[in-house]
Amino acid sequence: MSVQRLLEEAVANGRAVVHTLRVDESAPGARMLVWPNGERTGSLGAPALDEIVTQDALDLLNANRRETREYPEHQARVFIEPLLSPPHLVIFGGVHIAIPLVTFAKTLGYRVTIVDPRTKFANRERFPHADAIIPLWPDKAVEQLEMTPSTAFVILTHDPKIDEPALKSVVGKGAGYVGAIGSRKTHAERFRRMAQHGLSTDDLREVYAPIGLDLKAETPEEIALAIMAEIVAVMRGGRGGFLRDAFWRTMGDAIADNTQTT
Amino acid sequence: MRDVLDAIQRWRAEGKKIAVATVIKAEGSAPRREGARLVVSETGELVGSVSGGCVEGDVLTNALDVIETGRPRLLRYAITDDMVWDVGLACGGAIEVWVEPLPDEGDLA
Repeated sequence: MSVQRLLEEAVANGRAVVHTLRVDESAPGARMLVWPNGERTGSLGAPALDEIVTQDALDLLNANRRETREYPEHQARVFIEPLLSPPHLVIFGGVHIAIPLVTFAKTLGYRVTIVDPRTKFANRERFPHADAIIPLWPDKAVEQLEMTPSTAFVILTHDPKIDEPALKSVVGKGAGYVGAIGSRKTHAERFRRMAQHGLSTDDLREVYAPIGLDLKAETPEEIALAIMAEIVAVMRGGRGGFLRDAFWRTMGDAIADNTQTT
Repeated sequence: MRDVLDAIQRWRAEGKKIAVATVIKAEGSAPRREGARLVVSETGELVGSVSGGCVEGDVLTNALDVIETGRPRLLRYAITDDMVWDVGLACGGAIEVWVEPLPDEGDLA
């Protein structure tokens, strides 16, 4: 199988890999795949170059950064591109807000899993586009799930019998995002009970609750959008404000001066 | 990558030749970052993007050439004074785009 076919297969199956490609005159188009365990497939044309690039590829995989690097001692220029597994959104509670949330998440390229022990809520009719539906209690369901920085958990049931075990099983476990729906009052009470079950204040601070960016959302669709926007901001390291405000904060004086003098 | 995979596999099944254009370097406020891809079939179909739409036309012309010659090439786009009326990035910034025939031949040893 060609390097290209292997690459396509890894991307299609959501398997992490680093694609490295020579973009220079001496060996244009030579490529090598570097796997997270350090193994490699293909070659950039020289064993010593393969060796150095493999190390750089693993570093860039950890940093999730893509870049073109120069290797003058080999007259080589190499594009190094980590391709990570797609982000995964796990929704606890097949409630009405979950329906538009699945739509948004799928559009953004997320894999989506619905967890709800109540099959009246978690079923294929309600969620035809979910990648997986797990009709189990949260603590059992998470045993089947990987927790990585590209996993986001959203807790939506409003039912403490489900919400609280869900929170307990995902908080402080290395997920990229944990959010829970409910009013400020609900959260104050919920966190008081969770603290009694041994969760630390730091664990609880990690939870995005009340959930979502401040969009003054009213409908289930708008609330789902506020949640999805918050997840993207957190996963990408954004702050979630208006870009306009940052622009005027940094450029405002210069522009005001300019418009006065012309 | 993921966004152009379906097109690659569909065109390959139809027996069409394919070129892949990849942003390998992006500077300043370039609209699409490293790894953004545009794929082109020999009949001129195109899927994906390497900018906000400002340079895709020129990349397409080059991609069809690459399909014909079978030789990869590197394209550079930046906004400069004499490029404003030519092909350039209205959004500012600079990008390098690597265009190559889909490297589909040859099995691994």
